[in-house]
Amino acid sequence: MAHSIKIISEKCVGCQMCAKACPFGAICMIERPDHPKELMLADIDLNKCTYCGACNQVCKFNAIELTKDAPVTSVDKNLYRGVWVYAEQRHGVIHRVSYELLNKGKHLAKELGTTLSAILIGDNIKAKAQGLINRGADKVYVCDDPLFLEFQEESYSTIFFQLIEQEKPEIILIGATDIGRSFAPRVAAKVKTGLTADCISLEIDHNTRNLKQTRPAFGGNIMATIVTPEHRPQMSTVRHRVFKEAKVQEGVTGEIVDFKLDIKTIINRTKFLEFVKDESSSIDISDADIVVAGGRGVGSVEGFKLLKELADLLGGALGASRAAVDSGWIPYSHQIGQTGKTVSPKVYIACGISGQIQHIVGVNADIIVAINKDFSCHMMQIATYALEGDIYEIVPNIIREIKSCKCN
Amino acid sequence: MKIIVCIKQVPNTTHVQIDANTARLKREGVESIINPYDEYAIEEGVRLKEKFGGKVTVITMGPQQAEFSLREAIARGADEAVLVSDKAFGGSDTLATSYTLSSAIKTIGEYDIIICGKQASDGDTAQIGPSTAEMLGIPHISCVKKIEVVDDHSIKVQRMMEDGYDLIESSFPVLFTVVKEINIPRVPSLKGKMAAKKAVIKTFNVDSIGVDTKRIGLSGSPTQVVKIFNPPQRTGGEKFVGEAKDVAANLVKRLSDLGII
Repeated sequence: MAHSIKIISEKCVGCQMCAKACPFGAICMIERPDHPKELMLADIDLNKCTYCGACNQVCKFNAIELTKDAPVTSVDKNLYRGVWVYAEQRHGVIHRVSYELLNKGKHLAKELGTTLSAILIGDNIKAKAQGLINRGADKVYVCDDPLFLEFQEESYSTIFFQLIEQEKPEIILIGATDIGRSFAPRVAAKVKTGLTADCISLEIDHNTRNLKQTRPAFGGNIMATIVTPEHRPQMSTVRHRVFKEAKVQEGVTGEIVDFKLDIKTIINRTKFLEFVKDESSSIDISDADIVVAGGRGVGSVEGFKLLKELADLLGGALGASRAAVDSGWIPYSHQIGQTGKTVSPKVYIACGISGQIQHIVGVNADIIVAINKDFSCHMMQIATYALEGDIYEIVPNIIREIKSCKCN
Repeated sequence: MKIIVCIKQVPNTTHVQIDANTARLKREGVESIINPYDEYAIEEGVRLKEKFGGKVTVITMGPQQAEFSLREAIARGADEAVLVSDKAFGGSDTLATSYTLSSAIKTIGEYDIIICGKQASDGDTAQIGPSTAEMLGIPHISCVKKIEVVDDHSIKVQRMMEDGYDLIESSFPVLFTVVKEINIPRVPSLKGKMAAKKAVIKTFNVDSIGVDTKRIGLSGSPTQVVKIFNPPQRTGGEKFVGEAKDVAANLVKRLSDLGII
């Protein structure tokens, strides 16, 4: 069996709506041999088509016929219950995204009439379990062993898989961090279920108990809502700073379960040797409330010292465009955009950044401040506050102004 | 050393513009390119070959046109190329894709290292590398920014993390995904371009890689896209023009009114 899609030529009026809607560029307009030139016909390139249905949704003439086969599976979905959140820890500290997921997970669990559990993997980590209960977890599964002192893809995914096999959760939420994005795909491949990356919205379809997962694609230019209709568990990695953190409630009780693991079954062919801290920044850029970033217009290493002064003053992190990194003014670990990091600050201050699409895709800010000589550049056009002028004149003035504000 | 590099052909978004009327990416006439991250994967594979000897095989799954990207990879120093292409693979999600890719890699034969780009610029999932490693039953390390040491039995790499890097050692075979910092890709040489022109691209289809047809294509994909829509576009806000001092003061006032400063 295969999926099929076709244009019903009698119904197609050549309006091009489908061609414009296709995210994959799979539809073009062709001439009809025995008709006037104006009456075009839509044509689908099946090599490019992913049967996503975007064309179908916009066609006002029912001229596109799409049939999809249901995914093949033998899973009994009723055996799977409960919402899980991976409580990510690194060097013994719980990542804040875990608290955000506990908040969202609690709502999802409530809607489904089920429980919320947190999964804690590490060495000598059990003391952190109560903190997760205080943030809303009904239950915490603890996998505590020296083997899990440092994150390694194979050992973490194996233990997570064993837990899933035993407990059969319905939904698993994992932070879309370096760690989450690295081991979640391995877990999903072991379970042979679907995994949706970088979700920014999660909703329940009450009829089917399916999780409607919305994520950006094509650098955020389109949004796709994705479901895992026939497989369980449904797995998502979720972007940091999308949901609010669960509040701490003292005095709540929950269950802490030690997962009895059989060390012999944990395969691990990689070895952790050492951690080297990035000394160039004290604040994790993906976790910062304020990011001050510089681009080609900064022009030098010295220019970034000025931006660093502003970032430090605001308690923010320092970022850069690819042009600035490639010029050697600042290390790659600060690069934001398509081949760099994604940031979600409250305020993004873009200094001398023209705002190419490859850069913009890495910026999910509430407020964008752009400082640039060129009023017509893209960054200035989309900025909440666009400041026209030389960064070397404006930034020192901002610094002075903030200092005098703080003095008062 | 036998090296396999996985690449993907993606639409070139470098010159892509947003259509003001539809607020969508203008895709007409957009050329296809090698996924930017994969250029670093190809370069690292070629560098390993130059240092330790061996062969670089580049592989992609996609439509027939993806052959152009494979030839480009040969021009950049890869030795062989495999195109995994069949209508039955259409509509694959990441699980079905990595299953197909891992089956194709098994068909190629023995290997020591598989290198992938960290993620593709169209889907941005970063899932194919780790998922393929799992299907092949080999270890993987994501976001490698430097290979430190390679000897007969192991490899030591720097894995980029939010707060710095981890130094990780692995046995062979191993898969890793690479980030931009790992190298600066070379431009194709004249010799490379000649080789690319002459190269015979192997093509694998459903039959040649012996896949379970229930696990490929759209019906082998657990995830399904149910809706695609345009996010609201960011529109411009307030413009501040004038003396630097006043512009700066106005901004600081706005930000402090909002409680940010």
